[in-house]
Amino acid sequence: MNNYEIVIGLETHIELNTKSKIFCACNASSWNEAPNTNICPVCAGLPGVLPVLNQEAVLKGARLAAAMHAEINPRSIFDRKNYFYPDLPKGYQITQFFEPIGKGGYVDLELPDGGTRHVRINRLHLEEDAGKTKLEAGMRLLDYNRCGVPLVEMVTEPDLRSADEAAQYLTQLRQLLRWIGVSEADMEKGHLRCDANVSVRLVGSEKLGTKTEIKNVNSIDSVRQAITIEAKRQIEALEAGNRIESYTLDWDADTGKLRKMRSKETEADYRYFGEPDLLPVILTEAEIQGIQSTLPEMPLARKARFVSEYRLSTYDADILTSERSLSDYFEEAVVAYGGEAKTVSNWMMNDLMRLMNSQGKDALSLVLRPQDLAEIIQLVDAGKVNAATGKTLLEKVETTGRKVSDIVVSEGLGLVSDDGLLRQRIEEVLAEAPNEVTAFKAGKEGLFGWFLGQVMRKMGGKADPKRSREILLELLK
Amino acid sequence: MKFHELSAREIASKVRSGELKASEVLEKTLVHIKEVDGQPGVLGGISLSTKEENKVHAFIEVTESLARQQAEEVDRKVSVGEDPGLLAGVPVSIKDIFCIEGVRTTAASRILSNFYPPYTATTVAKLQEAGALIVGKVNLDEFTFGSSNESSAFQPCPYNPWNPSCAVGGSSGGSAASVAAYEVPLSLGTDTGGSIRQPSAFCGVVGLKPTYGRVSRYGLIAFGSSLDCPGPLARNAADAALMLQVIAGLDPRDATTTVVEPSDYLAALGQDLRGMRIGLSPDYGHIAYPDFETGEVTYEPLQAEVSRATRDAAEILARAGAEIVEGVPMPNSRYGIPAYFVISRVEAASNLHRFDGVKYGYHTTKPVKDLNELYRLTRAEGFGNQPKLRILMGMYVSASQHSANYYHKALKVRGMIRNDFVQAFDKNGKYAIDLLMTPSTPTTAFKRKAVFGNTVLMQYSDQMNVCANHAGIPAVTTLAGFDARGLPLGIQFIGPEYREDLVLRAAHGYEQATTEAAWRSRRPVVLGQGKEQA
Repeated sequence: MNNYEIVIGLETHIELNTKSKIFCACNASSWNEAPNTNICPVCAGLPGVLPVLNQEAVLKGARLAAAMHAEINPRSIFDRKNYFYPDLPKGYQITQFFEPIGKGGYVDLELPDGGTRHVRINRLHLEEDAGKTKLEAGMRLLDYNRCGVPLVEMVTEPDLRSADEAAQYLTQLRQLLRWIGVSEADMEKGHLRCDANVSVRLVGSEKLGTKTEIKNVNSIDSVRQAITIEAKRQIEALEAGNRIESYTLDWDADTGKLRKMRSKETEADYRYFGEPDLLPVILTEAEIQGIQSTLPEMPLARKARFVSEYRLSTYDADILTSERSLSDYFEEAVVAYGGEAKTVSNWMMNDLMRLMNSQGKDALSLVLRPQDLAEIIQLVDAGKVNAATGKTLLEKVETTGRKVSDIVVSEGLGLVSDDGLLRQRIEEVLAEAPNEVTAFKAGKEGLFGWFLGQVMRKMGGKADPKRSREILLELLK
Repeated sequence: MKFHELSAREIASKVRSGELKASEVLEKTLVHIKEVDGQPGVLGGISLSTKEENKVHAFIEVTESLARQQAEEVDRKVSVGEDPGLLAGVPVSIKDIFCIEGVRTTAASRILSNFYPPYTATTVAKLQEAGALIVGKVNLDEFTFGSSNESSAFQPCPYNPWNPSCAVGGSSGGSAASVAAYEVPLSLGTDTGGSIRQPSAFCGVVGLKPTYGRVSRYGLIAFGSSLDCPGPLARNAADAALMLQVIAGLDPRDATTTVVEPSDYLAALGQDLRGMRIGLSPDYGHIAYPDFETGEVTYEPLQAEVSRATRDAAEILARAGAEIVEGVPMPNSRYGIPAYFVISRVEAASNLHRFDGVKYGYHTTKPVKDLNELYRLTRAEGFGNQPKLRILMGMYVSASQHSANYYHKALKVRGMIRNDFVQAFDKNGKYAIDLLMTPSTPTTAFKRKAVFGNTVLMQYSDQMNVCANHAGIPAVTTLAGFDARGLPLGIQFIGPEYREDLVLRAAHGYEQATTEAAWRSRRPVVLGQGKEQA
């Protein structure tokens, strides 16, 4: 068999997390709401009504463009894409065809072998989402709730070379979208949807093969699976001496199969023309600079910095930069703590993440603030509470919302290092165990731990272990 | 003076002062409408008795109960000392292309013959807030696609009040006829390529197309979205100014409305014409027909009386102190109609996509085997010929293999037409005119059935008007006498962007200079007939 290379371009539709829809005041988010309850005359396309552009959608679209290293178009224009489909109530979609908001751009993918894949962006534009069609009992059911949700359509050049790279692209894109705060990017909820263009060619060939388009690959696993299956089919077809035809395929995630939808040759003419109901979208130089300058440090850059600046392991840095809020949390805690960043990382990687999982929260929604975490670590460091207490403190602050110091005082969690009291309790322990004292003195030094345990038990775990040890040694001599 | 001859300003002033009750105005108006309007247009038409031949048939629906509620509200406000609004008690008819919540809005098409919108057009809402009485929906060409009203799915279509065998023009024909027949002093129309001005000229009333973006399009069922302008039809410039004052302004629901503040249009009428530079253009002295194949232009003369009316008006204006500037070139106006054909149809075809019989409007009654057949039958049965023709042409000229030659070229021509005006109005330019004066139409009203069916010829009836739409600038038509057959002649003033004040001032100045003219006392024949019957 010949040696083939897979060539992939991905077309993604990204729902922006604006408050309202792109051209009307309906809520942008209506997940789980009853069909056709989140609509108005504008998004339902009634006659005579007009779209009014939501500026938040423009700013978020431009922010995404900036994050993709795309040039932000100072004058972008909306166009009409005309086609009949029942879930498109106006019979045209308002999109950007001739003058999109973003031009060019790229993203560098981290490959497992340590290299990077430079993926160029071919298109990045704003548009409105359509409704949903459901086939049920021989009927087409239409839900217009999603009509008018702001989308960014982003299309890559055919720069991806494997199903894994495609999956990596989506993973990294999803992280980026959340990172810059423009989309929730929940693929299960359709915030991030993907179509894949797949072709194969002989290794070394410059010419692109005929591609097929796979629609509705809406999870990262689906992307990997569908591309693998389709590339295999194409290679087998070529090896059998057949031509690849330019199909559109539908991915059925339930059966894991590709179904032919239509031949590309019959594709509609969308008769694009400038949307006369909207003015050009103007972004001034100052606005564009503002968008670019307020972009946060990007995930890969931050990860690299965590490794170099805080001496974290790549593994830790990777996890701590998986979400921007988590990485911000870490850095705030490091600043508040003032000690080794690695200590904060350890607390976060183990105890804080466990707490987040059990509470079902992300870093942003934790009641326990980075300053609280820092304070708790400091208490442990200073021997004022023991490590176990420190860990329970995390949960106590989170569930009660009280200040760390309040909880320590009111629940008596602080370690007792008062010599008088410690000495008294230790004398009691020794008085109650004359046999063990004798044994210890006879050389059974292993009993020291047992004595210490007795002291701790007597003091409800709050005895300062260092001081207790010192006094115990002195009294046992 | 007869009650129905009261101007909008007179009615508003009397109602505001308590001299006249809005409910009284309404009842008298309804009686007069009943007398002169006759059978309203109904879907699919209706056989008419001979006495209907001298009726106007401007209305599709008289909204009596809505108007009564409004009249009561105005009277209540007056009685308790609240401001009832600038148009208190003034009856207004609305072209049936504007949505009014809960009132059937048909666009004169079968496909919307059962459509009751859940919202009200901004313009209509502003009229209501100003105390106007919305007395009904008036007829138009189907979806505003025409210049005679004959294409309406609701027949009979309006008859010209000056000669019922003649067309009212269009598409705001019901508006023009209802104002001309003194049924209402004001009507709300729309002008995409002359649709206010051409019927206003045919019916001898004042029709103003404002600057694009001066008046909100929200709630106006779209034809050519980049060209559509709502505007007033009235019997004099001052009433048009009053109505414009009410409907003009920024609308958060229409992104294309301008942030430029409206001026005080009534106050502007106080200034006379001295020093105003009014241009005449030889390019508006004939009809130019470019050949669609070769591009070669052939010229046809205007109706001689039409040309003479413009010349006469120029003299009258000069005597009133205006400076007449001859020979202003408008070289690209000859391409106004072809460019309009393309642009308006591309937008129309797209705007008509939404009518699929699924969500609202007409739905085929025949059994269908699939969705495409549902679309096909619904649209085949629901649309008349004009929408179908415009969809076909619009789709053709915007198709990917044709758009460069047609649609994109037409956009360039549109820019050139706009530039003709920019040059002429340039204060530092050669001509530096304030306004351009032209005939309002190439001919006076043509006979019904004489042109209908020839879409191209019908479209050329808008040649004097369409360039103002391309350029997005204001233009007004006003009555300037009658031809030998007793049909109204019109003159048009076209002004720079946002200078509705100027075009209205010129129209008003012309009215003032001709108050004593014998033709000012003429009244439409439909009123005479009505009196005989009474």
